[in-house]
Amino acid sequence: MKFGVVVFPGSNCDADCFHAVQDLGHPVEYIWHKDLDLKGSDCIILPGGFSYGDYLRTGAIARFSPVMEQVISFAQNGGLVIGICNGFQVLLECGLLPGAMLRNDILQFRCQDSWLRVENTSTPFTNLMHAGQVLRVPIAHGEGNYFIEPEGLLQLEAQGQVLFRYVNQAGQVTPEANPNGSVGNIAGICNATGNVLGMMPHPERCVDELLGGAHGKLIFQSIVAWFERR
Amino acid sequence: MEAHVWREMGLKDNEYARVVELLGREPNYLEIGIFAVMWSEHCCYKTSKPILRLFPTEGPAVLQGPGENAGIIDIGDGQAVVFKMESHNHPSAIEPYQGAATGVGGIIRDVFTMGARPIACLDSLRFGAIDNDKTRHLVHGVVAGIAGYGNAIGIPTVGGEIYFHPSYQGNPLVNAMCVGLIEHTGIAKGIAAGEGNPVMVVGARTGRDGIHGATFASVELSEESEEKRSAVQVGDPFMEKLLLEACLELIKTGAVVGIQDMGAAGFTSSACEMASRGDSGMELELALVPRREEGMTPYEIMLSESQERMLVVPKAGMEAKVTEIFDKWGLEAVVVGKVTADGMMRLKEDGVVVAEIPAKALTDNAPVYHNPDSEPEYYQRNKNIDLSQFELGCDGNQALLQLLASPNLASKEWVYRQYDHQVGANTVILPGSDAAVIRVRGTAKGIAVTTDCNSRYVYLDPYKGGALAVAEAARNLVCAGAKPLGVTDCLNFGNPEKPDIFWQFKQACMGVADACRALQTPVTGGNVSLYNETNGVAILPTPTIGMVGLVEDLAQRMTQDFKQVGDTILVIGALAGSLAGSEYLSLLHGVEAGDLAAVDLAYEQKVQDFVLAQIKQGRINSAHDCAEGGLAVAIAESCFAGELGVKLSLPASDHVASLLFGEAPTRFVVSATAANSASILSRANELGIKAWQVGTVQGESVQIEVNRTLAIDCSVKELKQVWRNALPDLLA
Repeated sequence: MKFGVVVFPGSNCDADCFHAVQDLGHPVEYIWHKDLDLKGSDCIILPGGFSYGDYLRTGAIARFSPVMEQVISFAQNGGLVIGICNGFQVLLECGLLPGAMLRNDILQFRCQDSWLRVENTSTPFTNLMHAGQVLRVPIAHGEGNYFIEPEGLLQLEAQGQVLFRYVNQAGQVTPEANPNGSVGNIAGICNATGNVLGMMPHPERCVDELLGGAHGKLIFQSIVAWFERR
Repeated sequence: MEAHVWREMGLKDNEYARVVELLGREPNYLEIGIFAVMWSEHCCYKTSKPILRLFPTEGPAVLQGPGENAGIIDIGDGQAVVFKMESHNHPSAIEPYQGAATGVGGIIRDVFTMGARPIACLDSLRFGAIDNDKTRHLVHGVVAGIAGYGNAIGIPTVGGEIYFHPSYQGNPLVNAMCVGLIEHTGIAKGIAAGEGNPVMVVGARTGRDGIHGATFASVELSEESEEKRSAVQVGDPFMEKLLLEACLELIKTGAVVGIQDMGAAGFTSSACEMASRGDSGMELELALVPRREEGMTPYEIMLSESQERMLVVPKAGMEAKVTEIFDKWGLEAVVVGKVTADGMMRLKEDGVVVAEIPAKALTDNAPVYHNPDSEPEYYQRNKNIDLSQFELGCDGNQALLQLLASPNLASKEWVYRQYDHQVGANTVILPGSDAAVIRVRGTAKGIAVTTDCNSRYVYLDPYKGGALAVAEAARNLVCAGAKPLGVTDCLNFGNPEKPDIFWQFKQACMGVADACRALQTPVTGGNVSLYNETNGVAILPTPTIGMVGLVEDLAQRMTQDFKQVGDTILVIGALAGSLAGSEYLSLLHGVEAGDLAAVDLAYEQKVQDFVLAQIKQGRINSAHDCAEGGLAVAIAESCFAGELGVKLSLPASDHVASLLFGEAPTRFVVSATAANSASILSRANELGIKAWQVGTVQGESVQIEVNRTLAIDCSVKELKQVWRNALPDLLA
């Protein structure tokens, strides 16, 4: 299967995502934000960074990039899309995922490890994990405070769309384990059809024990396993 | 021209006379403005140059020494590291967020203009006393500015320092360092050559911001400095990210003759320096320069320090290629002139010559001063104070807890968690250890980086302090498993026209030079920041050392934390320290005095080589430089990451405070298995290196026995909590 990494002006985790899937042995190509085709990708990654400087609002300008029309129709036809950090923010802005992102409640940028509990293992992104598994994945963001109104939250929870929650090392959801104030300690969600994932933590930064951990691999490997079984 | 014109621009009367002599006529207003910035200390090092010549700048691995935008050192396999450190002190003093942000932006440009991809940033910071609202305002602003710029552009900020001392109250220091990676074949230089080659301005448009920034950097701060806020530039990291990608793409095409960042003194310095290095001239039509606002005069265009701009000299005929690449990244690239053969900087506005100056007059012919120096009166007085009177006044636990809560020693997590230190997915050793390590993708190698300077040492004894800063930086790298390769320095001092300040400067540089020579870490560039004074009072002399090293095999990298229960703890190099200049003496007794122990550079080199060899042979499980706070603090720090305790028994001492908290050069705290410890001790003995087996990793407390009593017995959890919470609490 082939991955495509979209490069917006201001993306800065594009190379990290590229290398993460390449190191796992999968073909991958960059897709420039002005490109009008997805180069035959089976999974699109919207990487982290500060697309368009995050001016106006995070992800608000990137959603109008020419490539996004293709990404949206690809997703609507069941294509796999993963938005990481700024990519998650873009997915919220373009309506592929519900909710909105606010500034971290502590009003500062945070770069640190976070522990994520896997909440739903029957998705393309989590199928190699076991329910309740705790992953260590680093975060790095200033606006990762996920918000959705109560009815929307109920729906997300009811439909199993919350895939990752910030927890402590023991796997418990606590206020201290929440690094940014996200509602329900939410770290990552998928759409109702399960083919679009948005998450604030950076799995591409933990795909090698040399970098302090390799839990991020599980997400990319799940995607490949799901694709090959399909 | 009336004298007040050049005087207000910072030129002295004799310097004006020199301008007239060089031109053979009176300069016009634009010309004298250009001379004023190019002859500012910031641009031409007129007082520091004779002293900077002391530094060793050559070595087998040096590919580029001082004089370019950044230094370059070979790391083998056709690759090299490019690195440089620069100050942005005065802008940060009056506008902390933008001052720090543009400091980061400027140093990053210096690295990618060489053709290198930046892989890491570090920031060495100094502020006034922490229990002060203004200090807290500055700390929050500076840290947010560094984060705001570095995080957005996507270069990991992996290290640095932060110290607090009242001498920096009105004049904080922000020294930013950037490290990049380059292929030998891809090195670009800041040179204008080839008659008829076009000169292009690329990147951001030119506005009225930052005019006279370089001059502002070369005067003392005062109450009126707040009014110079307009001399501070405003940064746009998004624009710089585009500029970075576009420049690297352009340099790869081979179309570039020379390229240079428009930093301090903007258009003026980049144009003059490029022309001067290429023994060329340049003819520029200022009406062609893209600008942000209408009605800008040639003077404003030449002196603007608008950020995120570069000057490019492509090969003739390649203009369209340049435009095409910059267009892809949404940036402007405009031809504004050409390279000439006559050595003149000729500026035109709508075809009319508005300035005409020999390029070399602005660079090579800049004045050089040999300032008088004299030993300050405090020097001998401080040396002769008897420190034996400052024995522990409280129990050892109390002293250790107080030291760990000192903002100078406490955990810096509050700072570095605001920086994206992992973007790039190459940070192998994260901030918080002796040195950070960045992986070189596609190889087994890593680049270790650190900054270091204990300015209290430098104040007490500038020569020894300068040497100690270099030695400690090298020790930090060795503790990461790296061989030190080279140095960039940022020399922050007071007003060099005062003999006692110039004495500090000269002595410190002699110390740095001798240590760099002994440790084989040549100086490849850096920056001088003088006039760091507020209302006539100078900062502590602060020659910040930025050092890079090479971890040959990342499997052999090392960190400071104890790894396993039962390991033996060794102290290598020296055991007891001295209270002279120590954090203990300052924090617990309010005294900054003493005769510093001199660093024996030959012994330092021998011990560093020995520890590095032991690390590479896999005999050592942790290595930590024993620095500020002394042995007890170093031991405690090594306990924190793994939350492991220790039991130590130290040799008898008649001065417990010196043994526990005294500071000394050439000291490492390492841990190893019992079997490896024995071989380390015997090998050290053979080489004439002093080493002590002092205890083992065990339990949940730090227990240190001296003279058969437990001088320290405190749980690791309690120590760690105090150490971790100190900065957040103090800065809240």
